[in-house]
Amino acid sequence: MVSEANLVHSPAEAVAWAALAEIADPEIPVLSIVDLGLVRHIKATGSDQIEVGLTPTYSGCPATAVIRGAVLTALKRAGFSDPNVIEVLVPPWSSDWLSAEGRRKLRRYGIAPPAQAVSSPRALWVSAPVVACPRCDSQATEELSRFGSTPCKALYRCKACLEPFEYFKCI
Amino acid sequence: MSQTPATSMAEETAARLDYVLQLADTSLVLGQRLGELLGHAPTIEEDLGMANTSLDLIGQARLLLALASEIEGQDRSEDQLAFLRTESDFRNLVLVEQPNGDFAQIIARQFLLDAYQLTLYEKLQQSSDQRLAAIATKSLKETQYHYRYSGGWLVRLGDGTEESHNRAQRAIEQLWPFTCEMFDEQDSDRLLVRLGIAPPMADIEAGWSALIDEVLREATLERPARVPYRWFGRRGVHSEHLGYLLADMQYLQRTYPDARW
Repeated sequence: MVSEANLVHSPAEAVAWAALAEIADPEIPVLSIVDLGLVRHIKATGSDQIEVGLTPTYSGCPATAVIRGAVLTALKRAGFSDPNVIEVLVPPWSSDWLSAEGRRKLRRYGIAPPAQAVSSPRALWVSAPVVACPRCDSQATEELSRFGSTPCKALYRCKACLEPFEYFKCI
Repeated sequence: MSQTPATSMAEETAARLDYVLQLADTSLVLGQRLGELLGHAPTIEEDLGMANTSLDLIGQARLLLALASEIEGQDRSEDQLAFLRTESDFRNLVLVEQPNGDFAQIIARQFLLDAYQLTLYEKLQQSSDQRLAAIATKSLKETQYHYRYSGGWLVRLGDGTEESHNRAQRAIEQLWPFTCEMFDEQDSDRLLVRLGIAPPMADIEAGWSALIDEVLREATLERPARVPYRWFGRRGVHSEHLGYLLADMQYLQRTYPDARW
Protein backbone atom coordinates (compact mmCIF):
# COMPACT_ATOMS: atom_id res chain seq x y z
CA MET A 1 0.00 0.00 0.00
CA VAL A 2 1.39 3.37 -0.96
CA SER A 3 0.71 6.10 1.53
CA GLU A 4 2.23 9.44 2.27
CA ALA A 5 3.60 8.17 5.58
CA ASN A 6 6.12 5.73 4.14
CA LEU A 7 7.13 7.71 1.10
CA VAL A 8 7.82 11.22 2.30
CA HIS A 9 11.51 11.92 2.70
CA SER A 10 11.62 15.69 2.49
CA PRO A 11 9.41 18.73 3.11
CA ALA A 12 9.19 19.32 -0.64
CA GLU A 13 7.77 15.83 -1.10
CA ALA A 14 5.20 16.45 1.64
CA VAL A 15 4.12 19.62 -0.20
CA ALA A 16 3.78 17.66 -3.43
CA TRP A 17 1.75 14.84 -1.80
CA ALA A 18 -0.58 17.44 -0.29
CA ALA A 19 -1.00 19.14 -3.67
CA LEU A 20 -1.81 15.85 -5.41
CA ALA A 21 -4.26 14.81 -2.68
CA GLU A 22 -6.38 17.74 -3.87
CA ILE A 23 -6.71 16.41 -7.42
CA ALA A 24 -10.02 14.67 -8.00
CA ASP A 25 -10.31 11.73 -10.37
CA PRO A 26 -12.10 13.04 -13.49
CA GLU A 27 -14.56 10.12 -13.59
CA ILE A 28 -15.13 9.61 -9.87
CA PRO A 29 -14.69 13.13 -8.48
CA VAL A 30 -15.28 12.00 -4.91
CA LEU A 31 -11.90 10.25 -4.96
CA SER A 32 -8.50 11.89 -5.19
CA ILE A 33 -5.81 10.37 -7.35
CA VAL A 34 -3.95 9.56 -4.12
CA ASP A 35 -6.99 7.68 -2.73
CA LEU A 36 -7.03 5.65 -5.94
CA GLY A 37 -3.40 4.66 -5.56
CA LEU A 38 -2.42 6.23 -8.88
CA VAL A 39 0.53 8.16 -7.44
CA ARG A 40 3.30 5.58 -7.12
CA HIS A 41 6.16 7.79 -5.95
CA ILE A 42 7.26 11.37 -5.46
CA LYS A 43 10.95 12.22 -5.46
CA ALA A 44 12.40 15.65 -4.87
CA THR A 45 15.25 15.91 -7.36
CA GLY A 46 16.31 19.51 -6.71
CA SER A 47 15.19 22.61 -4.82
CA ASP A 48 12.23 23.26 -7.09
CA GLN A 49 12.29 20.06 -9.10
CA ILE A 50 10.19 17.03 -8.48
CA GLU A 51 9.50 13.68 -10.12
CA VAL A 52 6.10 12.03 -9.85
CA GLY A 53 5.39 8.44 -10.91
CA LEU A 54 1.82 7.84 -12.07
CA THR A 55 0.22 4.53 -13.00
CA PRO A 56 -2.91 4.12 -15.13
CA THR A 57 -5.84 2.05 -13.81
CA TYR A 58 -6.58 0.54 -17.24
CA SER A 59 -4.19 1.00 -20.16
CA GLY A 60 -6.88 2.67 -22.28
CA CYS A 61 -8.43 4.81 -19.56
CA PRO A 62 -9.10 8.18 -21.22
CA ALA A 63 -8.69 9.92 -17.86
CA THR A 64 -4.96 9.19 -17.85
CA ALA A 65 -4.01 12.18 -20.00
CA VAL A 66 -6.32 14.50 -18.07
CA ILE A 67 -4.80 13.37 -14.76
CA ARG A 68 -1.28 13.90 -16.04
CA GLY A 69 -2.16 17.47 -17.05
CA ALA A 70 -3.79 18.15 -13.68
CA VAL A 71 -0.72 16.84 -11.84
CA LEU A 72 1.63 19.11 -13.80
CA THR A 73 -0.60 22.13 -13.15
CA ALA A 74 -0.92 21.38 -9.42
CA LEU A 75 2.83 20.90 -9.00
CA LYS A 76 3.60 24.17 -10.77
CA ARG A 77 1.07 25.96 -8.60
CA ALA A 78 2.75 24.43 -5.53
CA GLY A 79 6.04 26.04 -6.59
CA PHE A 80 7.82 23.35 -8.56
CA SER A 81 9.01 25.07 -11.71
CA ASP A 82 10.08 21.97 -13.58
CA PRO A 83 7.96 18.98 -12.56
CA ASN A 84 8.55 15.67 -14.28
CA VAL A 85 5.74 13.12 -14.54
CA ILE A 86 6.68 9.61 -15.55
CA GLU A 87 4.49 6.60 -16.27
CA VAL A 88 4.97 3.56 -14.03
CA LEU A 89 3.62 0.23 -15.31
CA VAL A 90 5.25 -2.14 -12.82
CA PRO A 91 3.67 -3.37 -10.69
CA PRO A 92 0.37 -2.94 -12.55
CA TRP A 93 -2.36 -1.03 -10.74
CA SER A 94 -4.61 -3.10 -8.52
CA SER A 95 -7.95 -2.18 -6.99
CA ASP A 96 -6.40 -3.37 -3.70
CA TRP A 97 -4.46 -0.10 -3.68
CA LEU A 98 -7.57 1.91 -3.04
CA SER A 99 -7.08 3.48 0.39
CA ALA A 100 -9.44 2.70 3.30
CA GLU A 101 -10.58 6.30 3.13
CA GLY A 102 -11.12 5.89 -0.62
CA ARG A 103 -13.34 2.85 -0.06
CA ARG A 104 -15.46 4.76 2.46
CA LYS A 105 -15.79 7.72 0.08
CA LEU A 106 -16.83 5.46 -2.80
CA ARG A 107 -19.57 3.84 -0.73
CA ARG A 108 -20.92 7.16 0.40
CA TYR A 109 -20.94 8.28 -3.23
CA GLY A 110 -23.10 5.26 -4.18
CA ILE A 111 -20.46 3.05 -5.80
CA ALA A 112 -19.77 -0.32 -4.16
CA PRO A 113 -16.03 -0.63 -3.39
CA PRO A 114 -14.05 -3.51 -4.95
CA ALA A 115 -13.92 -6.95 -3.36
CA GLN A 116 -10.45 -8.23 -2.60
CA ALA A 117 -8.33 -10.98 -4.12
CA VAL A 118 -8.68 -12.29 -7.66
CA SER A 119 -9.26 -15.95 -8.47
CA SER A 120 -7.36 -18.10 -10.95
CA PRO A 121 -6.52 -16.01 -14.02
CA ARG A 122 -7.60 -18.70 -16.47
CA ALA A 123 -10.89 -19.67 -14.86
CA LEU A 124 -13.69 -19.03 -17.33
CA TRP A 125 -16.50 -19.00 -14.81
CA VAL A 126 -15.78 -16.79 -11.88
CA SER A 127 -18.67 -16.39 -9.51
CA ALA A 128 -19.42 -12.70 -9.23
CA PRO A 129 -18.27 -11.43 -5.82
CA VAL A 130 -20.83 -10.76 -3.12
CA VAL A 131 -21.32 -7.04 -3.32
CA ALA A 132 -23.31 -5.15 -0.71
CA CYS A 133 -25.68 -2.49 -1.99
CA PRO A 134 -24.19 0.92 -1.21
CA ARG A 135 -27.69 2.28 -0.49
CA CYS A 136 -29.35 -0.28 1.75
CA ASP A 137 -26.46 -2.62 2.64
CA SER A 138 -28.34 -5.69 1.46
CA GLN A 139 -26.17 -8.48 0.10
CA ALA A 140 -29.00 -9.66 -2.15
CA THR A 141 -27.54 -8.10 -5.28
CA GLU A 142 -26.95 -9.35 -8.80
CA GLU A 143 -24.57 -8.53 -11.61
CA LEU A 144 -26.26 -6.88 -14.60
CA SER A 145 -23.20 -6.32 -16.74
CA ARG A 146 -19.51 -7.00 -16.20
CA PHE A 147 -18.74 -3.76 -17.97
CA GLY A 148 -19.97 -0.33 -16.94
CA SER A 149 -19.82 3.33 -17.82
CA THR A 150 -16.03 3.45 -17.31
CA PRO A 151 -13.41 0.70 -17.61
CA CYS A 152 -13.15 0.41 -13.82
CA LYS A 153 -16.82 -0.26 -13.08
CA ALA A 154 -19.45 -3.01 -13.49
CA LEU A 155 -23.24 -2.73 -13.23
CA TYR A 156 -25.23 -4.32 -10.40
CA ARG A 157 -28.79 -4.29 -9.12
CA CYS A 158 -30.01 -4.60 -5.54
CA LYS A 159 -32.83 -7.10 -5.15
CA ALA A 160 -33.85 -5.64 -1.78
CA CYS A 161 -34.22 -1.94 -2.59
CA LEU A 162 -34.43 -2.56 -6.37
CA GLU A 163 -31.95 0.20 -7.18
CA PRO A 164 -29.26 -0.32 -9.81
CA PHE A 165 -25.77 0.70 -8.72
CA GLU A 166 -22.19 0.64 -9.91
CA TYR A 167 -19.51 -1.64 -8.55
CA PHE A 168 -15.84 -0.70 -8.70
CA LYS A 169 -14.28 -3.74 -10.38
CA CYS A 170 -11.63 -5.79 -8.71
CA ILE A 171 -8.47 -6.21 -10.79
CA MET B 1 34.64 -18.95 -39.35
CA SER B 2 32.26 -19.31 -36.45
CA GLN B 3 29.54 -21.95 -36.59
CA THR B 4 26.59 -19.82 -35.55
CA PRO B 5 26.12 -16.75 -37.68
CA ALA B 6 26.64 -13.66 -35.61
CA THR B 7 23.51 -11.60 -35.36
CA SER B 8 24.01 -8.00 -36.22
CA MET B 9 22.55 -5.26 -34.11
CA ALA B 10 20.49 -4.16 -37.10
CA GLU B 11 18.93 -7.61 -37.43
CA GLU B 12 18.07 -7.67 -33.75
CA THR B 13 16.50 -4.21 -33.89
CA ALA B 14 14.47 -5.12 -36.96
CA ALA B 15 13.22 -8.32 -35.32
CA ARG B 16 12.22 -6.52 -32.11
CA LEU B 17 10.47 -3.75 -34.02
CA ASP B 18 8.56 -6.23 -36.13
CA TYR B 19 7.49 -8.25 -33.11
CA VAL B 20 6.27 -5.26 -31.12
CA LEU B 21 4.40 -3.95 -34.17
CA GLN B 22 2.67 -7.32 -34.56
CA LEU B 23 1.38 -7.14 -31.01
CA ALA B 24 0.46 -3.45 -31.28
CA ASP B 25 -1.31 -3.70 -34.63
CA THR B 26 -3.34 -6.75 -33.61
CA SER B 27 -4.68 -4.87 -30.58
CA LEU B 28 -5.18 -1.64 -32.51
CA VAL B 29 -7.09 -3.19 -35.42
CA LEU B 30 -9.38 -5.23 -33.18
CA GLY B 31 -9.92 -2.14 -31.01
CA GLN B 32 -11.04 -0.28 -34.14
CA ARG B 33 -13.34 -3.14 -35.22
CA LEU B 34 -15.02 -3.23 -31.81
CA GLY B 35 -15.34 0.55 -31.90
CA GLU B 36 -17.55 0.17 -34.97
CA LEU B 37 -20.09 -1.58 -32.76
CA LEU B 38 -20.68 1.44 -30.53
CA GLY B 39 -24.43 1.98 -30.53
CA HIS B 40 -24.94 -1.13 -32.65
CA ALA B 41 -24.48 -4.05 -30.25
CA PRO B 42 -27.57 -6.17 -29.55
CA THR B 43 -28.09 -4.85 -26.01
CA ILE B 44 -26.68 -2.00 -23.97
CA GLU B 45 -24.67 -4.41 -21.79
CA GLU B 46 -22.93 -5.81 -24.86
CA ASP B 47 -22.42 -2.30 -26.19
CA LEU B 48 -20.59 -1.44 -22.96
CA GLY B 49 -18.66 -4.69 -23.10
CA MET B 50 -17.44 -4.05 -26.66
CA ALA B 51 -16.60 -0.41 -25.92
CA ASN B 52 -14.64 -1.27 -22.78
CA THR B 53 -12.74 -4.05 -24.53
CA SER B 54 -12.01 -1.73 -27.44
CA LEU B 55 -10.64 0.89 -25.08
CA ASP B 56 -8.36 -1.63 -23.34
CA LEU B 57 -7.02 -2.85 -26.69
CA ILE B 58 -6.35 0.65 -27.98
CA GLY B 59 -4.63 1.47 -24.68
CA GLN B 60 -2.42 -1.59 -25.03
CA ALA B 61 -1.67 -0.63 -28.62
CA ARG B 62 -0.58 2.83 -27.47
CA LEU B 63 1.88 1.41 -24.96
CA LEU B 64 3.26 -0.97 -27.58
CA LEU B 65 3.46 1.64 -30.35
CA ALA B 66 5.34 3.97 -28.02
CA LEU B 67 7.82 1.15 -27.45
CA ALA B 68 8.01 0.47 -31.22
CA SER B 69 8.68 4.14 -31.80
CA GLU B 70 11.64 4.00 -29.41
CA ILE B 71 13.04 0.83 -30.94
CA GLU B 72 12.75 2.32 -34.42
CA GLY B 73 14.50 5.51 -33.32
CA GLN B 74 13.30 7.47 -36.38
CA ASP B 75 11.31 10.09 -34.54
CA ARG B 76 7.99 8.59 -35.67
CA SER B 77 5.54 9.00 -32.81
CA GLU B 78 2.97 6.39 -31.72
CA ASP B 79 0.30 8.44 -33.50
CA GLN B 80 2.29 8.55 -36.72
CA LEU B 81 2.76 4.79 -36.54
CA ALA B 82 -0.98 4.28 -36.06
CA PHE B 83 -2.30 6.80 -38.54
CA LEU B 84 0.29 7.18 -41.27
CA ARG B 85 1.42 3.67 -42.11
CA THR B 86 -0.10 1.91 -45.10
CA GLU B 87 -1.77 -1.46 -45.25
CA SER B 88 1.32 -3.50 -46.06
CA ASP B 89 3.18 -1.91 -43.12
CA PHE B 90 0.59 -3.27 -40.70
CA ARG B 91 1.58 -6.50 -38.95
CA ASN B 92 -1.71 -7.50 -37.33
CA LEU B 93 -3.18 -10.99 -37.53
CA VAL B 94 -5.64 -11.22 -40.44
CA LEU B 95 -8.16 -12.65 -37.95
CA VAL B 96 -8.76 -9.29 -36.26
CA GLU B 97 -9.40 -7.32 -39.46
CA GLN B 98 -12.33 -9.60 -40.38
CA PRO B 99 -15.64 -7.70 -40.48
CA ASN B 100 -18.00 -7.84 -37.51
CA GLY B 101 -20.71 -10.07 -38.98
CA ASP B 102 -23.35 -11.46 -36.62
CA PHE B 103 -22.94 -11.62 -32.83
CA ALA B 104 -21.60 -15.20 -32.97
CA GLN B 105 -18.86 -14.09 -35.37
CA ILE B 106 -17.95 -11.12 -33.19
CA ILE B 107 -17.72 -13.34 -30.11
CA ALA B 108 -15.85 -16.15 -31.91
CA ARG B 109 -13.24 -13.71 -33.29
CA GLN B 110 -12.83 -12.19 -29.84
CA PHE B 111 -12.50 -15.55 -28.12
CA LEU B 112 -9.92 -16.94 -30.56
CA LEU B 113 -7.85 -13.81 -30.05
CA ASP B 114 -8.37 -13.51 -26.27
CA ALA B 115 -7.15 -17.09 -25.74
CA TYR B 116 -4.08 -16.22 -27.83
CA GLN B 117 -3.32 -12.97 -26.00
CA LEU B 118 -3.93 -14.61 -22.63
CA THR B 119 -1.34 -17.30 -23.36
CA LEU B 120 1.10 -14.91 -25.00
CA TYR B 121 0.98 -12.21 -22.29
CA GLU B 122 1.34 -14.80 -19.52
CA LYS B 123 4.61 -15.92 -21.05
CA LEU B 124 5.79 -12.47 -22.11
CA GLN B 125 5.76 -11.43 -18.45
CA GLN B 126 9.12 -13.23 -18.27
CA SER B 127 10.57 -11.50 -21.34
CA SER B 128 14.16 -10.30 -21.04
CA ASP B 129 12.89 -7.02 -22.47
CA GLN B 130 11.75 -5.23 -19.31
CA ARG B 131 9.44 -2.81 -21.10
CA LEU B 132 7.71 -5.58 -23.01
CA ALA B 133 7.37 -7.61 -19.80
CA ALA B 134 5.79 -4.62 -18.04
CA ILE B 135 3.28 -4.02 -20.85
CA ALA B 136 2.40 -7.73 -20.92
CA THR B 137 1.84 -7.80 -17.15
CA LYS B 138 -0.42 -4.77 -17.34
CA SER B 139 -2.33 -6.04 -20.39
CA LEU B 140 -2.80 -9.53 -18.93
CA LYS B 141 -5.16 -8.27 -16.23
CA GLU B 142 -7.39 -6.72 -18.88
CA THR B 143 -7.14 -9.72 -21.21
CA GLN B 144 -8.37 -12.07 -18.45
CA TYR B 145 -11.49 -9.97 -18.27
CA HIS B 146 -11.95 -10.07 -22.07
CA TYR B 147 -11.42 -13.83 -22.13
CA ARG B 148 -14.10 -14.43 -19.50
CA TYR B 149 -16.49 -12.26 -21.44
CA SER B 150 -15.96 -13.84 -24.86
CA GLY B 151 -15.52 -17.38 -23.52
CA GLY B 152 -18.64 -17.07 -21.38
CA TRP B 153 -20.65 -15.89 -24.37
CA LEU B 154 -19.30 -18.61 -26.64
CA VAL B 155 -20.48 -21.25 -24.16
CA ARG B 156 -23.91 -19.64 -23.90
CA LEU B 157 -24.25 -19.46 -27.68
CA GLY B 158 -22.88 -22.94 -28.36
CA ASP B 159 -24.86 -24.57 -25.58
CA GLY B 160 -27.92 -22.39 -26.22
CA THR B 161 -30.63 -22.80 -28.83
CA GLU B 162 -30.26 -24.73 -32.05
CA GLU B 163 -29.98 -21.44 -33.93
CA SER B 164 -27.30 -19.97 -31.67
CA HIS B 165 -25.39 -23.27 -31.67
CA ASN B 166 -25.38 -23.44 -35.46
CA ARG B 167 -24.28 -19.85 -35.80
CA ALA B 168 -21.50 -20.28 -33.25
CA GLN B 169 -20.24 -23.42 -34.97
CA ARG B 170 -20.32 -21.68 -38.34
CA ALA B 171 -18.45 -18.68 -36.96
CA ILE B 172 -15.68 -20.86 -35.50
CA GLU B 173 -15.34 -22.69 -38.80
CA GLN B 174 -15.23 -19.49 -40.85
CA LEU B 175 -12.57 -17.91 -38.65
CA TRP B 176 -10.49 -21.03 -38.04
CA PRO B 177 -8.21 -20.67 -41.13
CA PHE B 178 -7.08 -17.30 -39.78
CA THR B 179 -5.73 -18.80 -36.56
CA CYS B 180 -2.88 -20.76 -38.21
CA GLU B 181 -0.71 -17.70 -38.67
CA MET B 182 -0.62 -17.10 -34.91
CA PHE B 183 1.98 -19.87 -34.71
CA ASP B 184 3.77 -19.36 -38.01
CA GLU B 185 7.36 -19.11 -36.81
CA GLN B 186 9.72 -16.92 -38.80
CA ASP B 187 13.50 -16.44 -38.54
CA SER B 188 13.02 -13.25 -36.59
CA ASP B 189 10.88 -15.14 -34.05
CA ARG B 190 13.62 -17.72 -33.54
CA LEU B 191 16.13 -14.95 -32.99
CA LEU B 192 13.93 -13.33 -30.33
CA VAL B 193 13.44 -16.69 -28.60
CA ARG B 194 17.24 -17.09 -28.43
CA LEU B 195 17.50 -13.65 -26.87
CA GLY B 196 14.84 -14.50 -24.29
CA ILE B 197 12.61 -11.70 -25.58
CA ALA B 198 9.79 -13.82 -27.01
CA PRO B 199 8.42 -17.18 -25.89
CA PRO B 200 8.69 -20.12 -28.35
CA MET B 201 5.73 -20.40 -30.73
CA ALA B 202 5.21 -24.05 -29.79
CA ASP B 203 4.52 -23.03 -26.17
CA ILE B 204 1.98 -20.42 -27.26
CA GLU B 205 0.28 -22.91 -29.54
CA ALA B 206 0.05 -25.55 -26.80
CA GLY B 207 -1.38 -23.07 -24.31
CA TRP B 208 -3.86 -21.62 -26.81
CA SER B 209 -4.94 -25.04 -28.00
CA ALA B 210 -5.68 -26.23 -24.45
CA LEU B 211 -7.87 -23.19 -23.75
CA ILE B 212 -9.71 -23.61 -27.05
CA ASP B 213 -10.39 -27.31 -26.44
CA GLU B 214 -11.65 -26.69 -22.93
CA VAL B 215 -14.09 -23.95 -23.91
CA LEU B 216 -15.28 -25.54 -27.16
CA ARG B 217 -16.07 -28.73 -25.24
CA GLU B 218 -18.11 -26.80 -22.69
CA ALA B 219 -19.83 -24.95 -25.53
CA THR B 220 -20.65 -28.29 -27.23
CA LEU B 221 -18.90 -26.98 -30.35
CA GLU B 222 -16.55 -28.94 -32.57
CA ARG B 223 -12.99 -27.97 -33.15
CA PRO B 224 -12.42 -27.65 -36.91
CA ALA B 225 -9.70 -29.69 -38.56
CA ARG B 226 -6.27 -28.17 -39.06
CA VAL B 227 -5.98 -26.26 -42.33
CA PRO B 228 -2.86 -25.31 -44.30
CA TYR B 229 -1.42 -21.81 -43.87
CA ARG B 230 -3.27 -19.29 -45.93
CA TRP B 231 -2.78 -15.93 -44.33
CA PHE B 232 0.28 -13.89 -43.43
CA GLY B 233 -0.84 -10.66 -41.81
CA ARG B 234 2.20 -10.79 -39.54
CA ARG B 235 4.29 -10.43 -42.71
CA GLY B 236 2.16 -7.58 -44.02
CA VAL B 237 -0.02 -9.57 -46.40
CA HIS B 238 -3.65 -8.81 -45.59
CA SER B 239 -7.21 -9.53 -46.66
CA GLU B 240 -9.18 -6.88 -48.55
CA HIS B 241 -10.86 -5.75 -45.33
CA LEU B 242 -7.88 -4.01 -43.75
CA GLY B 243 -7.69 -1.26 -46.37
CA TYR B 244 -11.26 -0.15 -45.68
CA LEU B 245 -10.68 -0.26 -41.95
CA LEU B 246 -7.57 1.90 -42.23
CA ALA B 247 -9.27 4.33 -44.59
CA ASP B 248 -11.82 4.92 -41.86
CA MET B 249 -9.37 4.97 -38.94
CA GLN B 250 -6.76 7.15 -40.66
CA TYR B 251 -9.10 9.55 -42.44
CA LEU B 252 -8.71 12.48 -40.08
CA GLN B 253 -4.90 12.43 -39.88
CA ARG B 254 -4.59 11.92 -43.64
CA THR B 255 -6.97 14.78 -44.41
CA TYR B 256 -5.75 17.19 -41.74
CA PRO B 257 -2.12 16.21 -41.13
CA ASP B 258 -0.96 16.80 -37.55
CA ALA B 259 -4.46 17.73 -36.38
CA ARG B 260 -4.60 17.71 -32.56
CA TRP B 261 -7.31 17.82 -29.95
